[in-house]
Amino acid sequence: MSVAESGKTLRNEPKITPELVAEHGLKPDEYQRILDLIGREPTLTELGIFSAMWNEHCSYKSSKVHLRGLPTDAPWVIQGPGENAGVIDIGDGLAVVFKMESHNHPSYIEPYQGATTGVGGILRDVFTMGARPIAALNALSFGDPKHPKTRHLVSGVVAGIGGYGNSFGVPTVGGQTRFHTRYDGNILVNAMAVGLARADKIFYAAASGVGMPIVYLGSKTGRDGIHGASMASAEFDDDSEEKRPTVQVGDPFAEKLLLEACLEIMEKDCVIAIQDMGAAGLTCSAVEMGAKGDLGVTLDLEKVPTREAGMSGYEMMLSESQERMLMVLKPEKEKEAEDIFRKWGLDFAIVGETTPTKRFLIRHHGETLADLPIKELGDEAPVYNRPFVETPKKPVIDAKDVTPPLSNADALLKLIGAPDLCSKRWLWEQYDHIIGGNTVQRPGGDAAVVRVEDGPKGLAMTCDVTPRYCEADPFEGGKQAVAEAYRNLSAVGATPLAITDNLNFGNPERPEIMGQFVGCVRGISAACKALDFPVVSGNVSLYNETNGRAILPTPSIGGVGVLADFTRSASIAFKNDGDAVLLIGETTGWLGQSVYLRDVCGREEGAPPPVDLAVERRHGEFVRKLIGEGRVTAVHDLADGGLAVALAEMAMASGLGATLDAPQGAAAHADWFGEDQARYVVTAKPDDVAAVVEAARVAGVAVQAIGRVGGKAITLGNEKPVAVADLAKRFESWLPDYMAGTIEH
Amino acid sequence: MKSAVLVFPGINRERDMARTLKLVSGVEPAMVWHAETELPAGTDLVVVPGGFSYGDYLRCGAIAARAPIMDAVRAFAARGGLVLGVCNGFQILCESGLLPGVLMRNTRLKFICHDAFLRVERSDTPFTRGYNAGQVIRVPVAHGEGNYIADDETIKRIEGEGRVLFRYCAPDGTLGDGSNINGSINAIAGIVSEGGNVAGMMPHPENHVESIVGSTDGRGLFVGLVSQFGKAA
Repeated sequence: MSVAESGKTLRNEPKITPELVAEHGLKPDEYQRILDLIGREPTLTELGIFSAMWNEHCSYKSSKVHLRGLPTDAPWVIQGPGENAGVIDIGDGLAVVFKMESHNHPSYIEPYQGATTGVGGILRDVFTMGARPIAALNALSFGDPKHPKTRHLVSGVVAGIGGYGNSFGVPTVGGQTRFHTRYDGNILVNAMAVGLARADKIFYAAASGVGMPIVYLGSKTGRDGIHGASMASAEFDDDSEEKRPTVQVGDPFAEKLLLEACLEIMEKDCVIAIQDMGAAGLTCSAVEMGAKGDLGVTLDLEKVPTREAGMSGYEMMLSESQERMLMVLKPEKEKEAEDIFRKWGLDFAIVGETTPTKRFLIRHHGETLADLPIKELGDEAPVYNRPFVETPKKPVIDAKDVTPPLSNADALLKLIGAPDLCSKRWLWEQYDHIIGGNTVQRPGGDAAVVRVEDGPKGLAMTCDVTPRYCEADPFEGGKQAVAEAYRNLSAVGATPLAITDNLNFGNPERPEIMGQFVGCVRGISAACKALDFPVVSGNVSLYNETNGRAILPTPSIGGVGVLADFTRSASIAFKNDGDAVLLIGETTGWLGQSVYLRDVCGREEGAPPPVDLAVERRHGEFVRKLIGEGRVTAVHDLADGGLAVALAEMAMASGLGATLDAPQGAAAHADWFGEDQARYVVTAKPDDVAAVVEAARVAGVAVQAIGRVGGKAITLGNEKPVAVADLAKRFESWLPDYMAGTIEH
Repeated sequence: MKSAVLVFPGINRERDMARTLKLVSGVEPAMVWHAETELPAGTDLVVVPGGFSYGDYLRCGAIAARAPIMDAVRAFAARGGLVLGVCNGFQILCESGLLPGVLMRNTRLKFICHDAFLRVERSDTPFTRGYNAGQVIRVPVAHGEGNYIADDETIKRIEGEGRVLFRYCAPDGTLGDGSNINGSINAIAGIVSEGGNVAGMMPHPENHVESIVGSTDGRGLFVGLVSQFGKAA
């Protein structure tokens, strides 16, 4: 027995051994820190609580010092990082609540359930704050298509995302999907949710008032997911599949009920504080509510609704069963809130109360299992300034040193049917992307556009990152991920407002991985500052390694922008025969790290294209102005595959072809496929061209008329014409063929 | 037109349906909770919307079909009242015995969400009077279990009595395996009851009533229903 600060006695059974400490993912010095903090040996439950609070996933111990450099403020930011999700003001008394979060490790072990619970978790983060989810997106990274597990993982993850989102009833409107061998043993599933709330009705986690009832809501607690957050904080090896029991099981029906019940009791003004039970379940949510409110929390675990009999307090505190919430209610509204939850058929139990002691006190049938200082549990978590080495710069590749192995027309056909650039229709047609009746631009464009309530406002959303750039030059890659999100929002005519970042990296204990992380975060920070595009929420996922091989550094950026009038949004499809095609931005023919160099020439080499943030901003503002004034008929940003691929996408979206002038320079392939940044293709009616060119001159923006829309083929200068139908056939066939197993490798 | 939209736990297109009914009829529909035992007085039209009632965990629509409100709906239908079921609503009406047949997993075993072309088979029902027979409309589908089937006898009767309202087709109205998106027998997308007053369909006309979010081809169904009752509420 040992005596806690409160004078209560605690039973130390079993004894805490070094093996037990290691099993909880705590290092010896971290355990010493616990001993120093509480002045006695912890109980097993307390050890479990520390392991839940101090793992990488919950404590951000390796990333914290660097994340502090990110800009998180702007006049339109209502809530930055640190809550369940970020909140921005979009005017008219409305707020947008959004966040992106990873569910990588579980999705590799059990793709369907891993993906569903990823979607469920992020939706909960959004509606916990009082917002009804109005859109979902996802950023997926899979291994080499030839890898024996890839097809199974794609199939399971996509079915899981659809299975949850479709049933819950949120439109899944966009995202990005890539394949690369570096994700072979460690796929990435990053799910983003966006919700709409009244700006004056946002709900937070901080408890207030002493003696307030703490209410448990939602599904019952089971033994699933115990130590899930600890799994997410470790590397994988060949035995990782044995961790399948730590993956939780999603129940979208329960979540839908929880959504409706939560929004109903929020509407009735019953709620003081609310926190969803995500990673580390009851532990993390209760500690956050107390610590943020400067209050203690006492829980009586026998009152927790459980799925099975005989669960120990330890198990209840660490379970990651899904679709659960913790709430502090206004005592006088208890009955009203309970009636609402009963109506929806959900569990409702008062499991504890707030106290003035700032202690986290856990009792089970009268026995004290844990008695810990609540603020220190979070605040005193270890913080590491891990050693890092900067990624060495790669040489700039001169286009003249890249001999085209194919004609440009054939290269275009090849690229458009390649795994990374081909149509992802096979995926998104399994997602309900129209529920809500507000989807103005469906998947397949630069950004998804969703009408806000009955309009006229619209919301644009996108997910972006180019991991090969990030690996070659983390700083430029970090900048580029943000810049591309900014560009995609601008290309539909939306004013970019804020981002959520989901930072996926390898083992931070390796200095070169830490160097990637630091470089990318610095790049993101620089871009966010230059573009007035703050970070309002995010998630860090480290230890994405299998048998010592790390993923490509993948800081997924989820961007949100607003349109004053959704009916004026621009789309990528060519509109009219005879429209002029204009290229905005400078083309140098940058082939380093391009998809062309990788997929056509077989070389993953060189420095990635540099990003000039001032130019990005100027060009983005210019394009948005053109769209707002109705001077352009179609807009597309230039990204993977460069100009030729962008033109092909605009053609396929419409069925109309285009004839383009031959580039002036010697290296035509670099002009067609180079990936210089800050560029857009727009089309304009012939009568409007002069005005657009003049406006560009005034704004200091490079613009060049490069051809004309028309016919049924794309003609790149002197190349043979490529029929739009042939492009579309290749574009649409790779993924379905691959999933059907009819592609020969 | 006074309409009532049923709300079962797990239903998720009730808001889309209510918005469309309001938009086209000008009257806010009543939202009726599954545990109710009566429909609002003066109800002209009952709509069973789409979604995943009870998570679709037993069999799509099977639990909802046994909810308290369904007795009132059956009585309403027996008196000749108009009932429309869309998607999960169609499944619920089949499970509750108001419509024949059943909806199985799509032949390709995947959830599908995209626009589909439907051929309107007749225009002389309250549900299709806003269209011309033979007209092709484009409306979205979003379902995993839309593969309509019934025993041979029933299909023969449905076809013989001209009770198919919509079939999946090509843009030019022709039928074929390529356009039969979920494998339904005879490409059936929607049917009407023997009495002509209960209709079910898998596609979502309520999601295509505004050009800015897709098309307005779904509007005809609601315009027809409104005209059935005259403009007055």
